[in-house]
Amino acid sequence: MWQFTHILKKELKDYFISPIAYIVISIFLIITGWFFFSTFFLYDQANMRGFFSLLPIIFSFVIPAITMRLFAEELNIGSYEILLTMPVTFSDIILGKFAAGLIMTGAMLLPTLAYPISIAFIGDLDWGPVIGGYLGALLLGGAFSAIGVFASSLTHNQIIAFILGAAICFMLTLIDKMLFFFPESILNIVEYLGADFHFRNIARGIIDSRDLVYFISVMFISLYSTYLALLKKE
Amino acid sequence: MIHVENLTKYYDSFCAVDQINLEINQGEILGLLGPNGAGKTTTLKMLTGYFKPSTGTIRVNDYDIETHPLRIKQMIGYLPESSPFYKDMLVYDYLEYVSKIKGIKSSDRHPRLRYLAELCGLNHIMHKAIGELSKGLNQRVGLAHAMMNDPQILILDEPTQGLDPNQIVEIRHIIKKIGQEKTIIFSTHILSEAEATCDRIVIINRGKIVADGNTADLKQSADRKTIIRLCLLNADADSVKSALTAIDGVETVETVSQTDDGVIKVKAYSNSSEDLREKIYKTIKATDWVLVEFLQEAKTLETIFRDLTQQIN
Repeated sequence: MWQFTHILKKELKDYFISPIAYIVISIFLIITGWFFFSTFFLYDQANMRGFFSLLPIIFSFVIPAITMRLFAEELNIGSYEILLTMPVTFSDIILGKFAAGLIMTGAMLLPTLAYPISIAFIGDLDWGPVIGGYLGALLLGGAFSAIGVFASSLTHNQIIAFILGAAICFMLTLIDKMLFFFPESILNIVEYLGADFHFRNIARGIIDSRDLVYFISVMFISLYSTYLALLKKE
Repeated sequence: MIHVENLTKYYDSFCAVDQINLEINQGEILGLLGPNGAGKTTTLKMLTGYFKPSTGTIRVNDYDIETHPLRIKQMIGYLPESSPFYKDMLVYDYLEYVSKIKGIKSSDRHPRLRYLAELCGLNHIMHKAIGELSKGLNQRVGLAHAMMNDPQILILDEPTQGLDPNQIVEIRHIIKKIGQEKTIIFSTHILSEAEATCDRIVIINRGKIVADGNTADLKQSADRKTIIRLCLLNADADSVKSALTAIDGVETVETVSQTDDGVIKVKAYSNSSEDLREKIYKTIKATDWVLVEFLQEAKTLETIFRDLTQQIN
């Protein structure tokens, strides 16, 4: 039952012992910090809206970069075979790797808590949207991690895994901004598919079950597809 | 202990393993021999549960691999060909990780790691990254990995491949040592190795089992067809042929080469277990041929292997 924790720990160790984690976290902080604070003082408002509106786009290429190695590397060096001949199930493997991606996303978000704390010192910050924003960010991170894990399970090549994952995440982020391309009859469906749409709802501080269902179903569908992809390799 | 029935594996339309039936008993060291691409690795991968058989069943201790894959994986230690491990991990970290996945209790973990390090000679490399190790050391890490939870069955895919002669002797020594109490199945295409370490040899070719038995059995069953090589001077092919085939027990005579000045090389095949050398000698003595070469081919595992795997080609 708890076999997946061993895989999770191993993946986290890999992230944090090698320079990957630190490089990705630094790049993420530099990009978000730069874009957020370059306009923050111009608007002169004590909120995090600028930060959270950037997040989906940045996540859609940073998270696939984190998750690209999870399966592709194993498939490439052949350690996947060893993993499968050990007493673990597919769900242990997938869950362990997905959780590692999610925790890595959390670790990336953690230092940004400095932003709301420092904003609270200089202005009157409404904590509702901030808490909603971070919750939404974790859900979004989970959904994108699951997509990244799926992309990684399809190929031996980490670069292909990255491009594939990033493409799917970008599409989900941008699709609700291209509504004018679609016929009116399916507008609602297309809008519902957009990850950014649901993220914005939660980041406003309104936690609606529809948005939660969306993120949880993206995670479930991606992880289940991963399972099918691995099953196919037998 | 391991019961394999009608095991078949197709890669698309290519049949890699064709209807294999195999019964492996506890405590046996079984060598799986065969030319490249015969289906050795595929068979082993199916035994470990990594590949799903196209048809057929594998049962280990009465558990079916379809329904109880985890239980069987607990019982099997596997060393894949070329030991592909995580290159960035330290040997110690890797083995600790394996011990956790294989469910070694934390109180037993260190004694177990220490024991395996001792057995496989890893003591001086525990702190090194796996990617830095030589092929032989990598292979030893693989052995420690396979033996982590003291499995009843060890499956080793070409364990001595790419090792230097000293390392080969060492690994064989380890296999023999473990084999005293465990069931070991290993594949190889080095025949002397199989002869030196195995209790039982299974030769497969094109996905089929062509021979199964211990080395003595195999030799005996193959011995029925003995080849005797002769080189004669001052003779002609036809009369040699008729004289030799007249001997009771000689099945066929084949001319290997013949020159104008009467140097003839022939091969005589017999199918009886009787030693025909005396009869042949007497026959030749009665003529005026000059005997310059007279050799009975000893059946080694190598000739048996060649016979079995080339016949079908």
